Amino acid sequence: MSKIPLQFRHNGRDVAIFVDGGTNLLVALRELIGDMTPKFGCGQGGCGTCGVLIDGELHLSCLTLAESVAGRSVETLDGMKQGPNLHPLQRAFADNFAAQCGYCTPGMLMAAKALLDRNPSPSRDEVIEAISGNICRCTGYEPIINAILAAAGGRVSA
Amino acid sequence: MAVTVKTFASASEAAGALSLDRTARYLGGGTLVMRALNEGDVSISTVVRAQDQALTRIDASGPRITLGAGVTFARVLAERDLAFLHAPARSIGGPAVRNMGTVGGNLFAPNPYGDFTVALLALDATVAVQGGFGSRDIPIEEFLQARERQAGTLVLSVSCTRPASSETFRYRKIARIKPKGGSVITLAAHLPISGGRIAGARIALGSMAPTQIRARAAERALEGRSLDAATIAVAASAATEGTSPSDNALGSAWYRREIVGVHLRRLLSGQD
Ligand SMILES: Cc1cc2nc3c(=O)[nH]c(=O)nc-3n(C[C@H](O)[C@H](O)[C@H](O)COP(=O)(O)OP(=O)(O)OC[C@H]3O[C@@H](n4cnc5c(N)ncnc54)[C@H](O)[C@@H]3O)c2cc1C
Ligand code: FES
Ligand code: FES
Repeated sequence: MSKIPLQFRHNGRDVAIFVDGGTNLLVALRELIGDMTPKFGCGQGGCGTCGVLIDGELHLSCLTLAESVAGRSVETLDGMKQGPNLHPLQRAFADNFAAQCGYCTPGMLMAAKALLDRNPSPSRDEVIEAISGNICRCTGYEPIINAILAAAGGRVSA
Repeated sequence: MAVTVKTFASASEAAGALSLDRTARYLGGGTLVMRALNEGDVSISTVVRAQDQALTRIDASGPRITLGAGVTFARVLAERDLAFLHAPARSIGGPAVRNMGTVGGNLFAPNPYGDFTVALLALDATVAVQGGFGSRDIPIEEFLQARERQAGTLVLSVSCTRPASSETFRYRKIARIKPKGGSVITLAAHLPISGGRIAGARIALGSMAPTQIRARAAERALEGRSLDAATIAVAASAATEGTSPSDNALGSAWYRREIVGVHLRRLLSGQD
């Protein structure tokens, strides 16, 4: 079966790849672009660790047909830090012990970024809602919620 | 396994392609179709997409509203004029699923999914579909009864009449995980009032049968009456009539039958 050419913006850079029909965006990012920051957890939409922003909106890359992002902008965790500096959210995750094994962290950070980009000072309930599609098996969520609130409150230096 | 993806500019071309190929599956938001592909579902060999603006249109200005099949739950939530549909839209998935999942895909979502469709059933919605030979409007109840045979038709949009007030339309989803989780049961009630009495009651239930169904015995108990405690009690005790729930990981059929009347009573009496 012939490959399909696909072009989109990946963390602000134009990329061009060839995909098989039916390939999901997670596979395209990891195996064809080499961006290993979005993780594979379930491939079913249930865990959220494959979360990326498409045109600024949180999507699950495992449930996104790669072809559907043609001409669109895809943001992953790899694009979050600015040069050598961690993004305030990343800094807050580190300072608040919001990552243990770290498997959920890419999805948590993208879900948190999607929230703060739209709502810079969310309530605790809004933070809980924003990460409700993300599963963490280690932290018990509290440190993650606190980290996101800390980043939003600007109490963490960038 | 690689599949063939066919992308069309217009809905009618996509409908044509679907009607010609029985193994083709339409891709809405993809939250269920991509999951099937990831799991290696070999029954899907062709995926059909349409990039028609008409499919993502919202018309919410008048008394009758229309949602294109490709409208996502996030867009319903962003629309102030669709406030009566915010509770069902918000009850679905987490934020990413609401950014992806569509109104059209929800019509086909099997249990424990299809929550938005429960609301649309209580609102007597109309489903506009396009087959190989043009388009037609089908009452949603008829559409759901024949859902298994709908393969090969493209849903274009759904429409319904805006309820008179927030009191007359109510929605409730029972889930074990909050704020996100699959439905144990889902209920919606439309209770138009005329001269102090209910005229045209509609009660819709999710996860109480293979597809969303109307609780007709409960509707009959409400018809022509005022919404007092005695009437509510009769309607609630009739809630299981005609239902055929199944066991799944979220609840047993027995449990669903036990709780549906309780939650219908709370919904009708305006309790949390
Ligand atoms: C983690 C997770 C949580 C979820 N939680 C919920 C929940 O709480 N409540 C709920 O109701 N659902 C839930 N879902 C299920 C699903 O996301 C929704 O039901 C959604 O509305 C499906 O729409 P879609 O556009 O993504 O469907 P798709 O996957 O694109 O399609 C689903 C089916 O509908 C058909 N279809 C789609 N659009 C059309 C059309 N226009 N014409 C003809 N056929 C069409 C497809 O061919 C396919 O058979 C969840 C899913 C996931 C992955
Ligand atoms: S890998 Fe995508 S949600 Fe789990
Ligand atoms: S830190 Fe291990 S899953 Fe969240």
